[in-house]
Amino acid sequence: MAAESQLTPTEYIGHHLTNFTASVGQGSFWTLNLDSVVMGAILGVVGLGLIWWIARGATTGVPTKRQALVELLFSFIDDQVKGIFHGDRHNFVAPTALSVFVWVLLMNAMDFLPVDIFSAFYEGVLHLHYWRQVPTTDVNTTFALSISVLLLSIYFSIKVKGLGGWIHELFCAPFGGHPLVWPANFLFNLVEYVSKPLSHSLRLYGNIYAGEIIFLLLWLWAATGLAGTVFGAILGVGWAIFHILIVVLQAFIFMMLTVVYISMAHESH
Amino acid sequence: MNINLTLIAQAVSFAIFIWFTVKFVWPPMLRAIEARQKQIADGLAAAEQGRSALEQSHKQAEVTVNDARGRAADIVAQAEKRASQIIEEAKNAARAEGEREKAAAQAEIEQEASRAREQLREQVAGLAVAGAEKILRREIDARSHVDLLDAIKKQL
Repeated sequence: MAAESQLTPTEYIGHHLTNFTASVGQGSFWTLNLDSVVMGAILGVVGLGLIWWIARGATTGVPTKRQALVELLFSFIDDQVKGIFHGDRHNFVAPTALSVFVWVLLMNAMDFLPVDIFSAFYEGVLHLHYWRQVPTTDVNTTFALSISVLLLSIYFSIKVKGLGGWIHELFCAPFGGHPLVWPANFLFNLVEYVSKPLSHSLRLYGNIYAGEIIFLLLWLWAATGLAGTVFGAILGVGWAIFHILIVVLQAFIFMMLTVVYISMAHESH
Repeated sequence: MNINLTLIAQAVSFAIFIWFTVKFVWPPMLRAIEARQKQIADGLAAAEQGRSALEQSHKQAEVTVNDARGRAADIVAQAEKRASQIIEEAKNAARAEGEREKAAAQAEIEQEASRAREQLREQVAGLAVAGAEKILRREIDARSHVDLLDAIKKQL
């Protein structure tokens, strides 16, 4: 599969891990990884649009097969949210969980696309030399999600307990309201607020990124000849099958943590 | 892996997708599922109601049938009684009629017999008179011996 057999392995892997960027200003911050943004947008629009299209034609009578599939997903997520969040989940939390799950699942699932065949397509047809097709292997994407969830949880925290309540909680939980433990409480909460989005995003990023790297390493077998190609293909199939589990599991974990963080924000200590 | 503007772009996408799902995807699905759940619950309740109504009407029907059966038995018994009564009456009437007919017939027979006897008597008397006349033509004058002839006639 390695069309770039003249490249060294490092160059081959490096090529597949380089984003297609567009600079919109001065400095390294003002660059946009167009591949992550475009792939993410396409996947979100396709996935959620498909569900929207089916939900719009939903009948209360005997459901069609595709409606049954969407309802299965719907009830699965609704059940998960129901177990964690005790409030009116239909307003915000459950739909958010659905959109997170669908979007992350689809972005993770891009890992299954054979990277070299698609590279040939991007290069040959779209004239894009660099194009990473898995948005969740871009740390920007996962941080965007986890920081959004953090902001949402702060928003709900303030909305439910009021600004005073939230600040009170920052200083008086979990060790108690005595002024001597205020710094400890605040430090504790600060660590929590930093570690939550970090672990939330890096867990997803790490799993999918590692999966991507292992695929790339397996495809390197193809550079060794026909036997290597066959062997690499067999290993690749094995890894892909195992990766189905990782892709779905990571999407599920990401969704569950999103729901947990948002519902934790609703509870006062 | 350097943090750049992509983060904000993806966060915006995420916000849009959440808004879209909250606004357009979740509500129709929820409505459809809840409506179906309600329909099913209603259906089950209706079925339960129907079942109890059926049971009720079974009981009602049983009561009605038992009632009807009892009344039918009554009517049959009554009819049988009436029939035997009618038969008895008819028998009695027939017997009485027969008696009456017999009596009438007997009376007629007796009447006929007495009339026949009377006729016979008159004919015999006539024959006797005629015979006597023939025998005693010359010796007996009908006019002068009328009382004698009457006496004979009576004796016959």
